[in-house]
Amino acid sequence: MAAPAKRVEQLDRVVIRFAGDSGDGMQLTGDRFTSETAQLGNDISTLPNFPAEIRAPAGTLPGVSSFQVHFADYDILTPGDAPNVLVAMNPAALKANLADLPAGADVIVNTDEFTRRNLAKVGYAVSPLDDGSLGDYAVHPVALTSLTLGALAELGIAKKDGERAKNMFALGLLSWMYSRPFESTLRFLERKFAKRPDLVAANKAAFHAGWNYGETTEAFSVRYEIKPAKMRPGTYRNITGNQALSLGLVAAAVRSGLPLFLGAYPITPASDILHELSKHKRFGVTTMQAEDEIAAIGAALGAAYGGSLGVTTTSGPGVALKGETISLAIALELPLVIVDVQRAGPSTGMPTKTEQADLNMALFGRHGEAPLAVIAPKSPSDCFHAALEAARIALTYRTPVILLSDNYVANGSEPWLLPSVDELPDLRVEFATAPNADDGRFLPYLRDPETMARPWAVPGTPGLEHRIGGLEKADKTGDISYDPANHEFMVRTRAARIEAISVPDVDVEDPSESARVLVLGWGSTFGPIGAACRALRQRGLPVAQAHLRHLAPLPDNLGEVLKSYDKVIVPEMNLGQLANVIRARYLVDAVPFNQVSGLPFTAATLESMLEDVVKNG
Amino acid sequence: MAETTIPLKLTAKDFKSDQEVRWCPGCGDYAILAAVQQFMPELGIPRENIVFVSGIGCSSRFPYYMNTYGMHSIHGRAPAIATGLSASRPDLSVWVVTGDGDALSIGGNHLIHALRRNVNLKILLFNNRIYGLTKGQYSPTSELGKITKSTPAGSADSPFNPLSLALGAEATFVARTIDSDRKHLQSVLRAAAEHQGSAFVEIYQNCNIFNDGAFDLIKDADTRDEHLIRLEQGQPITFNGLNVVHPEGSFGLKVQKGGTPIVHDATVDDPAYAFALSRLSGSDLGTTPIGVFRNVQRPSYDEIVRKQVLDARAQADGTPEEMLDGLLNAADTWTIL
Repeated sequence: MAAPAKRVEQLDRVVIRFAGDSGDGMQLTGDRFTSETAQLGNDISTLPNFPAEIRAPAGTLPGVSSFQVHFADYDILTPGDAPNVLVAMNPAALKANLADLPAGADVIVNTDEFTRRNLAKVGYAVSPLDDGSLGDYAVHPVALTSLTLGALAELGIAKKDGERAKNMFALGLLSWMYSRPFESTLRFLERKFAKRPDLVAANKAAFHAGWNYGETTEAFSVRYEIKPAKMRPGTYRNITGNQALSLGLVAAAVRSGLPLFLGAYPITPASDILHELSKHKRFGVTTMQAEDEIAAIGAALGAAYGGSLGVTTTSGPGVALKGETISLAIALELPLVIVDVQRAGPSTGMPTKTEQADLNMALFGRHGEAPLAVIAPKSPSDCFHAALEAARIALTYRTPVILLSDNYVANGSEPWLLPSVDELPDLRVEFATAPNADDGRFLPYLRDPETMARPWAVPGTPGLEHRIGGLEKADKTGDISYDPANHEFMVRTRAARIEAISVPDVDVEDPSESARVLVLGWGSTFGPIGAACRALRQRGLPVAQAHLRHLAPLPDNLGEVLKSYDKVIVPEMNLGQLANVIRARYLVDAVPFNQVSGLPFTAATLESMLEDVVKNG
Repeated sequence: MAETTIPLKLTAKDFKSDQEVRWCPGCGDYAILAAVQQFMPELGIPRENIVFVSGIGCSSRFPYYMNTYGMHSIHGRAPAIATGLSASRPDLSVWVVTGDGDALSIGGNHLIHALRRNVNLKILLFNNRIYGLTKGQYSPTSELGKITKSTPAGSADSPFNPLSLALGAEATFVARTIDSDRKHLQSVLRAAAEHQGSAFVEIYQNCNIFNDGAFDLIKDADTRDEHLIRLEQGQPITFNGLNVVHPEGSFGLKVQKGGTPIVHDATVDDPAYAFALSRLSGSDLGTTPIGVFRNVQRPSYDEIVRKQVLDARAQADGTPEEMLDGLLNAADTWTIL
């Protein structure tokens, strides 16, 4: 008998959250769903959320891992505030995520896991599936585990392996519900389990069983379609911030023609950059897993001294340890890129949660007057371009540059319009090869009149032998100097040369051209701020948005921009670090709006705050 | 990098920089500097391919006085910085100059890891058993009970034996020499320079201001023969009518009258032998071996890292730009027309 025909509904956007135990494969399930969705041409934004514990006890609240994907037929800026669909693989996943669901949301639960023991682990006396407490939601109870095992019965697969395939059943069901193309997932399974044909077969069978379950059972009466988004023509891939940042560094090596040397010490959430770069040795990339954060930057600085593009990647606690070496790099005036993938602090804080609270440290966190350049990417794919920009500034101006990513952009993903390699910036540098003084001497601190950079004279160059170090240097000669006037001159020169770095003007987005309120953000808040501004504009409330990529030096036109609005609001995931800089530097009454929960702003939070400001001033 | 040609015959003078040397008059560092400058031409390496990297402390001013490339860096961090330089520039001869505080106190971690990795560095540790630049506090090699400005009642912590520490990290080349014995110092430097991998050289160095005479026992003509054991490759280890023997049933080595002296072999693969030798010397300098304790071969970190990059490059096709284009596209991609 043919299955009853299902109704097909058109939607413009959906937010799905896959949630389960750490061992349930939710990150992988979310990744695959995202990839299928990308193939279809929807715009996407994703947000994984996982515990810091590697394997918290099974079935407990601390062990819940989730992956949220937002996709739409128009361009979107955030992973979405509230899920329309929650897939809960066990009672813990349901309990941990229920509060985020709006009324009417679809909840798909794996009933096989709703045992007395599992319910008790998370404090449910009665199953929420039975007590009417889920009345506000459209609950779809599915015996995911037993259905999966049933589908695999003929394959003779071990029960444990069969149970592990239940995430593919869930993926199959969701893929059916949202009419996703699944060929790429089948290919993925063949690659992933290339050495275990039995697991390829099991996972494929589980996927098909989930798809067919949706098609045949009456529990799911509606299928949804989301049309492709209108996106700029070109070739796209989905990419996370850490991946994009790694590729940006490789691109910087290629475009500068320099070997790339990464010194790193494993730290969440930056380690993936080390992992990724270690795979790209064919580009002349050397990665060193150092004994500590200090050695990691020390080795990178040593390599920079020798003519490499020196990079170190870390998170806040690592930057704290690297401070002395960053200060040396400032004194030596050598190029160096320091990547800080920020996480919630202080101390160990919440290593898998996001925050923007290292801005003060990046700008000011060193002994002495120790200025450097600071930039921040605004989205996952923008990490690629931010890495290139950090390398450009470092190489052109011979200075350390701190790149402030954060956990939200590092692990989140979005479609990325692949750039043409030829159009990437040309980062070629010229090493010093000959004496630069009229008397035939080599002066290691004689500056380029345009960039104020000193010559990069790498060891191995005959005739340019010289000594550099952390002691104050005499202007031009670089000899040790305790002369008061010289120190005054050098301190001011180091500050001036950072201020003189050429950075693009900040753009203001205000379609109405009549906004009186400006929202100023930096880094990863771009998405939620942008989504909130759009929502207000759609309701006829004008608001202007400006977003800073360069935090040091700040764009030349920033002061003028700030002064042309009645009100400047600065939302940040810290207690007002950029707002303080803005107030001190421009004497503008910038109003901070802060959240330090470890989670990104939701667009709704910002929309409601801004609505109040726009309406009431 | 510039092609290097056959160097002109260099002399000690070529290695003297134009900077005024500013150690205290009578400091042992002068003797070491002169010995190094005099020995350098022997290497046959052009000056531009030699780099001295130092940390902080009296000894760490050394690079300023050498007319080579040089970096005076951060307290304790010279081995880390030199590791990055050496691993990325196999064409350079990289020397680290450090002191007992710099290498063993604040920089202990980097030292042991550089030695463990066998980075191609020549590490010269000037050991004067005191903090000089900060004006006279005890150091991690000061004898227990040392009375200094910061320990008026005597230091309470036991000292490191730098050679035992280096050997514990399985350093492939470990030696000890003395600032005032130029001939011996240069012979040790020569062996260190020839070594591929980390060469660790402890140089007993006199701080005549804060710890004067620390090594007189093994320097003075009157006493040194009773206490100094000169290690010579392939020679029995004997001194002053005494033998260094390996007593049956014992783990270590012992100084005694009579018995069969062991024959020194720095190439013994097991570090236990060199470690046993290193244990003959204590804080009191009663029996102090000098010379090359260990000199074995194993692949350097630089070589291994370099090979991985070269192998990956050899397998790669196309220009870097083409490869980059391939890398950017190496994922599930889709095209919007």
